[in-house]
Amino acid sequence: MPPVIEAIDLVKYFPIYGGLFGRKVEYLKAVDSVSLAIHPGETLGLVGESGCGKTTVGYLLLNLLQCDRGQVLHHGVDITRLRGNALRKVRRNLQIVFQDPQSSLDPRMLIKKTVGYPLEVNGLARGSEVVSRVKRILAEVGLDEDHMYRYPHEFSGGQRQRIGIARALITGPEFIVFDEPTSALDVSVQAQILNLIKELQARHGYSYLFISHNLSVVRHVSHRIAVMYLGTIVEAAPRAALFERPRHPYTRALLASVPEPNPQRRHVLGVLSGDVPSPVNVPTGCRFHPRCAEAMEKCRSVAPVSLEVAPGHSVACHLYGPSESDGGTRRQR
Amino acid sequence: MAEPLLSIRNLSVQFFTYQGVVRALEGIDLMIQRGEILGLVGETGCGKSVLARSILRLVPDPPGKITQGEIRFKGEDILRVNGKRLREIRGNEISMIFQEPMSSLNPVFTIGNQMAEVVILHQRVKRDRARAICLEMLSQVKMPDPDRVLSKYPHELSGGMKQRAMIAMELSCRPALLIADEPTTALDVTVQGQVLTILDDLVRRIGASVLFISHDLGVIAQLCDRVSVMYAGRVVETAPVEALFARPRHPYTVGLLQAIPSMHEERDSLMTIPGVVPRLIDPPPGCRFAPRCAKRFEPCDRVVPPLSEVETGHAVACHLYPGAPEDATRKSVGAGEDG
Amino acid sequence: MWDTFRKERAWQIKEFFFTLRLLRQNPSAVAGFLIIALVTLMALAAAFVAPYDPIRISLGERLRPPSAAHLFGTDELGRDILSRVMYGAQISLRIGVLVVVIAGGCGALLGAISGYLGRRVDNLIMRVMDVILSFPPLVLALALAAAMGPSLNNAILAVAFVMIPKFARLVRGEALSVKEKQFITAARASGAKSLWIILNHILPNCVSSVIVLSTLILGETILIAASLSFIGLGAQPPTPEWGAMISVGRKFLLDQWWYATFPGLFILVTVIGFNIFGDALRDILDPRIRR
Repeated sequence: MPPVIEAIDLVKYFPIYGGLFGRKVEYLKAVDSVSLAIHPGETLGLVGESGCGKTTVGYLLLNLLQCDRGQVLHHGVDITRLRGNALRKVRRNLQIVFQDPQSSLDPRMLIKKTVGYPLEVNGLARGSEVVSRVKRILAEVGLDEDHMYRYPHEFSGGQRQRIGIARALITGPEFIVFDEPTSALDVSVQAQILNLIKELQARHGYSYLFISHNLSVVRHVSHRIAVMYLGTIVEAAPRAALFERPRHPYTRALLASVPEPNPQRRHVLGVLSGDVPSPVNVPTGCRFHPRCAEAMEKCRSVAPVSLEVAPGHSVACHLYGPSESDGGTRRQR
Repeated sequence: MAEPLLSIRNLSVQFFTYQGVVRALEGIDLMIQRGEILGLVGETGCGKSVLARSILRLVPDPPGKITQGEIRFKGEDILRVNGKRLREIRGNEISMIFQEPMSSLNPVFTIGNQMAEVVILHQRVKRDRARAICLEMLSQVKMPDPDRVLSKYPHELSGGMKQRAMIAMELSCRPALLIADEPTTALDVTVQGQVLTILDDLVRRIGASVLFISHDLGVIAQLCDRVSVMYAGRVVETAPVEALFARPRHPYTVGLLQAIPSMHEERDSLMTIPGVVPRLIDPPPGCRFAPRCAKRFEPCDRVVPPLSEVETGHAVACHLYPGAPEDATRKSVGAGEDG
Repeated sequence: MWDTFRKERAWQIKEFFFTLRLLRQNPSAVAGFLIIALVTLMALAAAFVAPYDPIRISLGERLRPPSAAHLFGTDELGRDILSRVMYGAQISLRIGVLVVVIAGGCGALLGAISGYLGRRVDNLIMRVMDVILSFPPLVLALALAAAMGPSLNNAILAVAFVMIPKFARLVRGEALSVKEKQFITAARASGAKSLWIILNHILPNCVSSVIVLSTLILGETILIAASLSFIGLGAQPPTPEWGAMISVGRKFLLDQWWYATFPGLFILVTVIGFNIFGDALRDILDPRIRR
């Protein structure tokens, strides 16, 4: 089946102004040549630490940010070229749920209007039909009818996330970006929301891009996972493969750093030295080489290309490059 | 049985607000031995931060008030000492690090300035000696280029480096107790790993005890010796860390552990705890978890279950586990390490 | 219908009563409110309570000092000053409310558009506002009123024009911060147009600061309007506007002190009333103090 949404070599640099005359001094290379594809009914998990560009990728896929180069194909149509009404039509199909339950809802707007307005502004329904559709979607996300008449501050964090989800789903989209939807929630509430997200996908066949820095959460919801570092995807694989046979040194370090909730299995947590570098001063060659325990001479000058090492499993690392003399052996790791 | 370093008995803290009296903490019993790391786990609103601040009497008054209880540190009741002794304790014998390193450091002074201030204040040494002590501490937290860091301002350092500087600063006076309130929650996971490794190493070397507050059960499992679980202003379970994860007793603890997604296995859906955390203005009488508990029965709605021991060092506040009578329990809880 | 209204507005009704309670506890709010209430009452009840017709001339009773028959005395045409002052309250308040509504409406809209759209539009609108603000308000109002011709309605328009930038600046500031919130991005992601976002998201979030500014501007407006009338550019005779009364009463200040004093006193007290009420309201509505 063809993908619902596809990104091809997306690039987004943010200019930084400085100096006496406010000139462009340098660039924040948020996203540097990212490609991915998501199929119907599938969830792609996007993980990485702060500054890796995962949220920017989410916004680029929805054209909430204009990319500098590259394409975003939705059923074959490049949506980065669309404007005005054409873009608005497409927006019904592509939605987003945000991280912060505090600022993702307008504190002055009734829930009824917050959830219902996507229908009104797109001319999909009016008046009493909006009300009935709002009631239906609220029930689907586990809230009461009465909640329509309240304001955001009367709800808990978990409930606000449900409202955010309701708003995203009311126009019947195909693809939804979840930007760290449970990072601000408690563990028990997080479990409820994750279950809800999965249930909705099973029932309606939605495709998701699930952005998170929490690897356990990502494992729970995703079918495939892509790991980002400093604006590029370093590894992408089906869920089990990524966790059981991680290839890229960064992926391995990341997995090793996650504290396991099992005191019988204590492991060293601080495996990676140095700080997460800033996307302004990007290292040459492979971006990870300054912190990589297995860095070679080549890594400093040549940026690795993403290659498939197993079905559906690709890595961007010279350890798995074709030019390595014993590249064959290495791949079996 | 050694005298615990910190012993909190029957502590209650209330906040008097326009909407009513918030019973933030009710009858807290907690004990920390010398050289041990006690983890304090709970979700938002359970009162763990209030508890941390109460130890150093940092609860804003008004609207907060410590209404009853005692906090014995090295034998003295902190709640009753005078101002001078309190200032001696704070920063020197009991130190605290917070979640947001961005807001704990003064942005207009250099790191060196702030660290030296603490050292000079408590150790009464001259500037040069203080600088040497600071350099020593920074190298102990494996800060790259400690000399240059001393002359930098907080905004020039990354989150991980700031936390390391905070740790160095707070441990410079070799306190007996360090209170760490969610110190790594705002950090990336690889940086968190570094900071936790450094923290663990350093406190073991100094021989300090730590009250480590977190909502992240993974961190607690990897770092702590014993754990106390809090819910809605009460301690519901206290146990050595292996026992807590292997044999959790309190239904809330059980629910919490089942709700965490695991990185190492796949499950279709996560077990959830139905309902929401109760409001602390008019908390349910009896056990505060009862409204959400699948195992609740007759006494749960009426009587507050006391914290009672079910096996050595493992205490639960639940009517399912009546255990030993109260007074005997208080003495033996916390002695698990030695007993 | 009423039921739905009550359900939807339940929280706002609660907030309203909470605000009232806080106001009740604040001495300057109470004082300010009493003054405003008194003046408003006077204005509303003028037609029923005023002892005399404000424009009725009675040449036999010219320039009488305050007495039992004429509490505030009479003017040079024998008209009762108390009655004139009471009707004057009506006029002053009308001017104040109209100016605030016009300036507030235009200013808030301009500010919201400016803040939300940013860049060129923002630049253009704000520079125009800067030009208007660079003149002392009274001077500009004067110039406009003079150009349009002396009449009360022209004075209202002139003062409203002068006050627009204040609202625009305020709302622009709020719009800049509201713009960064995630619910705005959500609205864009749902296909909402900019105008819809401005009207439905930005403006409602600026309401409380606009209200506070309005009470303060009301006071200033009354003062400026009175000044315009004083010069002869606002209310025309025989309209009993306070400023106009002072203008004429000036000539008689030495011997017939009551003529200019009473209207002047009322201007003073009314403006103070609005100002202290506005200050108290600003503190009370500040979200940090509220909790």
